[in-house]
Parts: sequence; C-alpha cells; structure tokens
Amino acid sequence: MKISFVLNGKKRTADVQPDMRVVDLLREHLHLTGTKEGCGSGECGACTILVDGESRLSCLMLAAQLEGKRITTIEGLSKGKRLHPVQEAFVESGAVQCGFCTPGMVMTAVDMLSRNPDPSRDEIREGISGNLCRCTGYQKIVDAIEAAAKDKSR
Amino acid sequence: MAREVLLPHTIDGLWEIIRSEPGARLYAGGTDLLVKLRPQAHLPSSSPGTLVCLDRIEELKGIHEEDGLVCIRACTTHSEIMRDPVIRRHFPVLTKALRLLGSPQVRNMGTIGGNICTASPAGDTLTPLYALGASVETRSCDSGRLMPLKSFILGPGKAALQEGEILYGIWITKDLDFNIHHFEKVGQRKALAIAIASMAALIKLSDEGVIEKIRLAWGSVAPTVLSSQTIEDALTGKPLTEDALRDVMPLVMDAVSPINDVRASAGYRRRVTANLLLRLLQYRNAGFEGLRIQEKIRSTNF
Repeated sequence: MKISFVLNGKKRTADVQPDMRVVDLLREHLHLTGTKEGCGSGECGACTILVDGESRLSCLMLAAQLEGKRITTIEGLSKGKRLHPVQEAFVESGAVQCGFCTPGMVMTAVDMLSRNPDPSRDEIREGISGNLCRCTGYQKIVDAIEAAAKDKSR
Repeated sequence: MAREVLLPHTIDGLWEIIRSEPGARLYAGGTDLLVKLRPQAHLPSSSPGTLVCLDRIEELKGIHEEDGLVCIRACTTHSEIMRDPVIRRHFPVLTKALRLLGSPQVRNMGTIGGNICTASPAGDTLTPLYALGASVETRSCDSGRLMPLKSFILGPGKAALQEGEILYGIWITKDLDFNIHHFEKVGQRKALAIAIASMAALIKLSDEGVIEKIRLAWGSVAPTVLSSQTIEDALTGKPLTEDALRDVMPLVMDAVSPINDVRASAGYRRRVTANLLLRLLQYRNAGFEGLRIQEKIRSTNF
C-alpha cells in the first residue's frame, strides 16, 4: 500500500504493508531509529512522536493511519547542528542518562509546552506521566522542561 | 496483523465496508485493539482479515448540546472531551476521571466510544457515566437504538452491539442539579494504571450540609460498574459526616464482588471501596461557592 505523509517537514511516500506499525515503519523502513520501542503496548511512551503536533504512541498506530498526516520525530527537532531548545535544556540539565526514554520525553515535552508555555513543576510531572524513565528518577527531566519553558519565554 | 487497513472518510463509506466485510474489526484510537492484536509467540495468531480505522469520519467526532442534553460522538478522544468547556461546566466528574485515564498520549488517541465498547470492568469513563445516568446511541446502516449505558454493558468485555452496528454517541442530561462531583481511582501508579477500585459520586448538598440527592458508582469491583439504590437511599437525607458514611460502609462491602488478581486481593478491594466513601468528607465544610472553588479544574491541557 502506498501512503503519503509529511515527515519532519518533508513530503514522503512509502510503500508498505498497511498493518505495519508506525514505530516499525520509522525504524526499519525509514531507518529513523531515534524513536524507540520499550513495551509495544502503550505503557512506556518511548515510541512517542507528534502527529499533527499532538503526542501519540507510534507502537499503537498502523502505517495506513499516516495518510495525509504531518509527523514529527525526534530527528525532526534539530535544525542542522542547532538543537531544539527542549533538547538543549535536556543536555544542560543533565536529564539524559542511558538516553532510551529521551526521544519520547522530548517529544512529549514539545507538545506539552506548545499547549502550556508556563507549566508548574506539578503540571510538568503530569505532562510526562506517559513516559517512563528507569535511570534519572525524573527530577532532572522536570528541571529540563522547566528550563526550556523559561527559555522560550525570554 | 491484518490483510488490509481501511480508513473511510464518511459514515456511508463505513456502512459499505461493513456490508462487504462483515468480519472486519473496527477501531478508533487503537489503544485497546492494537494491543490485543499484537502477535504473541505463545498464542495462535488471530488476525482479522480487515481492520477499519474510524479516525477520519468527522461525523463521529465532537460534542454538541441539544434539548437539555449533551451528546458526545463516539470517536471523540479523551483529550478533546477533557478540554471541552461544556463538559467541564456540566459534568466535572467526567473531566476528573479523564485526567486519570491512561496518559497524555493515550488520551490523545483513545476515544470514549472505544472505552465503552471495550467494556472493561475497570473502564475509567464508565464509572462517571453510570453516575451521570448516561445513555448510548447505536446506529447501523438503516436503524438506530438508544438505551441506558447500564443496559449496553452486558458483562466484562461485552457490549450490546449488534451485527452491523456501531456506537454512535453518548447522551447525558444537563442540569442534573448536583453541587459535588467527585471521582477517585486507586491504582498502583498515578498514571498508566488500571483502576484497582474507583468511585464516582454526585451529591446535592444543602447549605446545612445535608445530602439531598446522591448517586454513587464503583468501578473494578464487580463484573460491571456497580451502583446501588439501597446505599443511595441510606445516605439521602443524612448529613455529610463521618458517622453517616461509616454507617453505610458495611452495605458497600456487601454490594461489591471484587476479584483477586495480580494487582490486588479481593479483600483489599472490598475494604478500599468502602473507605473511598470517606473521601467525600473533603466537601463538607465549604458552602456552595466554596465547593465550586474547591472543584476548580486546572485549565492546563493534558
């Protein structure tokens, strides 16, 4: 099945099995391995991408559902060598240890900040409640998102 | 997973598909079905020939008011419902429950229709919808039915959808005249957790602190959502005090029929369900305006 969609700002077409999961399409077919699979059942958030700007779980989407959509993956955030402000904040705040949860966390944070540019720490915690991290204990991730929010508002 | 995946853009397109492929499995958000259909090494593959995603059918989305009722179309996502000002104003118990359902991503994808049709005893939309006395509208290519939600849920995982039918919308009466809207869910985590026990409560509390009207619904502690006229009658006319609530706790423990599973024992669920009543005490001291302030839903969109 041929599908057409916009990926990280560029028009793409793909010829895939319609029931291929989007996380597999991204990783195996398009070799964009920034998006991770942690559970395959929607419970960890590592596969989070943006679909028309909204955070969704790519392990629970089928390729056919991409038709006509605008997708953003972690690879689409940086511009050349310039990191997205949220990525920059994660780096500066030491919010990355093994890095496996990080792409999903960053995508979720980008969606969150686009809706609520000035969240409290509690709101940040609620906002990342769909993303699990086994390394950091979340504190620095919350710091990073808080810093990114302050940075954008300058 | 499937031979083909279809995305009709109109409801007429959907009827065409249902007519020509009666075995097709329908889904909207996919947060239940696509987990079930994952190939698993130890289970035989049971892939349907055709999957139909309802996501593109605009007619199945949205919230509108009509004749003193609010209608939520079945494929409206939990996030959309949670953010809707009409729902927040008239049915804050539903807004509260949705904030605890799944996660932000799951709420962006999952729909109220999917949650209802999955008919899990732990379905987080079901408990508040039972308390609100919601009705469901089903439609097929040439007919429609309307029934109380209670009649639509037949048992764990079983909804009363007939061949060729879809869940079309959920109808809730406005102006139910309750001033306390309460929901609590007990789980192993604060998010991405199935309810071990949950309770929705609607109370009309007089200025003197007397319960004039009450509706209660409990989730995850019976094959379907539980409500009890006996318990509601026992509390009607009583002051909202610890003694009055403790008096009915034995009735609650008797009414529920929880299971033992990996998450909790039946005994724990039974005790917690009764204890959840005591959470209603947080509303007793405020007057009517105070209740409104206490229940202010944060305006952030998650």
